[in-house]
Amino acid sequence: MMKRAECFEILARHIGDAALVATYSSAVDWVDIAPRARNYLSIGAMGLDSSHGLGLALGRPDQRVVVLQGDGSLLMNLGSLVTIAAAAPKNLVHLVAQNDTYEANGSQPIPNPNIDFAGIARSSGYAAAYDFSDLKIFEQQVAHALDQQGPVFATLHVEPTKPLKYDYPSLYDPQKRTAFKAEWNRRS
Amino acid sequence: MDARIESVGTSSGELHGASIIAALKASGIEYVLAVPDIVTSSGLLAPIARDKDFRLIRVCKEDECIGIASGLSYADKRALILIQYTGFLDSLNAIRGIAVEYKQPICMMVGLLGHDPEKPPRASPRYGVRIIEPILDDMGIAHHLVSEDADVAKIAPAIERAYRYSEPVALLIGRRPQAS
Repeated sequence: MMKRAECFEILARHIGDAALVATYSSAVDWVDIAPRARNYLSIGAMGLDSSHGLGLALGRPDQRVVVLQGDGSLLMNLGSLVTIAAAAPKNLVHLVAQNDTYEANGSQPIPNPNIDFAGIARSSGYAAAYDFSDLKIFEQQVAHALDQQGPVFATLHVEPTKPLKYDYPSLYDPQKRTAFKAEWNRRS
Repeated sequence: MDARIESVGTSSGELHGASIIAALKASGIEYVLAVPDIVTSSGLLAPIARDKDFRLIRVCKEDECIGIASGLSYADKRALILIQYTGFLDSLNAIRGIAVEYKQPICMMVGLLGHDPEKPPRASPRYGVRIIEPILDDMGIAHHLVSEDADVAKIAPAIERAYRYSEPVALLIGRRPQAS
C-alpha cells in the first residue's frame, strides 16, 4: 500500500505537459503538489472525471491526457471504461487512486473493496492495465505507463488519509477553466 | 440556411433524418455522442453511424456524454449529444453541474419517446415527456421543438449560439425522423 501524496510526487516528476484531470481528494493532493495551468479540475458531477478525460484526449490527439480518478468516482461511472476502450484514444492514461473509501464524503467504505478495477479495464479493452501497490515499483514503471500507447489504465492502491480541507471555490474557479483552455489550445 | 436542408421535403407532418444531418453538418458538428433512442435510432443515429463526416462515440450511459462534450469543447471541437428523454432525466446532475453552473456549450438532441407530435410536449400523453420543458425552463436551458422539417431551420442557429455564448441547448425531437 502506498501513500497517495508520495505517489503523486512521483507522478508530478513525469507528467510533463500532459493535461491532468482530477477532482475531490485526488485534486486537493495533486494541486498541493503540482499547481499548473494544465490541471483540469472542474468535473461538475462525481464520476465524470474519466469522461472529461476522454473528451480532452479526443480533442487534442497530439497531447497526453492523464485522468487521476478516485475509486468512488469510477464506481459511479464504470461504463466509461467500456466507452473509453471502444473509443481507444492512444493519448489517454487513466489512473485510479483506490483507498476503498468515499474519502470526500466522510470516509465511508465503497461497496466492495475487493473490486479489481484493472481487471475490468483489461477486459473492457484498454491497451494495458496495471496494479501498483509498491511505491518503488511504481517509480520504476510510471514513465513507461505514461508514455506507452493508450488507453492505459492503472490502479494505485493507496492508504486513506486524514480528512482534507476541500476548498471547492478555489478548485472550481472559472478563471482556472479559462486558463486551462488557453493553455490547452497553445500550440508548441 | 444550408442548401441541402432546403432540398429535403418540408411538408407539415414529416421529419427527415437527412434534413437534421445536413443541419448538424452546417453547424460544424464533428462528434456525435449517443445512447440509442428508439425515436431517432433508424432515422438519425443509423445514418450518422454510416456518415464519415461524423465521429460517433457510443457511450454506456447518457451522463458520460456531458463530460465528453465538455472535454471536447476545450479544443473547440463541436459535439452533439443524441439521447432519449429518459437519458436526459438520468443526466440532470451532470447537466446541472457542467452545462449550467460551468456554462459549457452542451448541445443535446433529445428524443421524446411516446410523445404525440400533434400536441405540444407539455400536453403529451406521457408524463415523462410533459415534464421535460418545465425542467429545462427551471434550469434556464434554451430549448427548441423539432417535429417537422420546417423546424430543422432552428438547429443550426441554436448550436451556433450555444458555442458562441458557451451555454447549453436542448433540441427536442417530437416525431420519429424518416430515414430517407
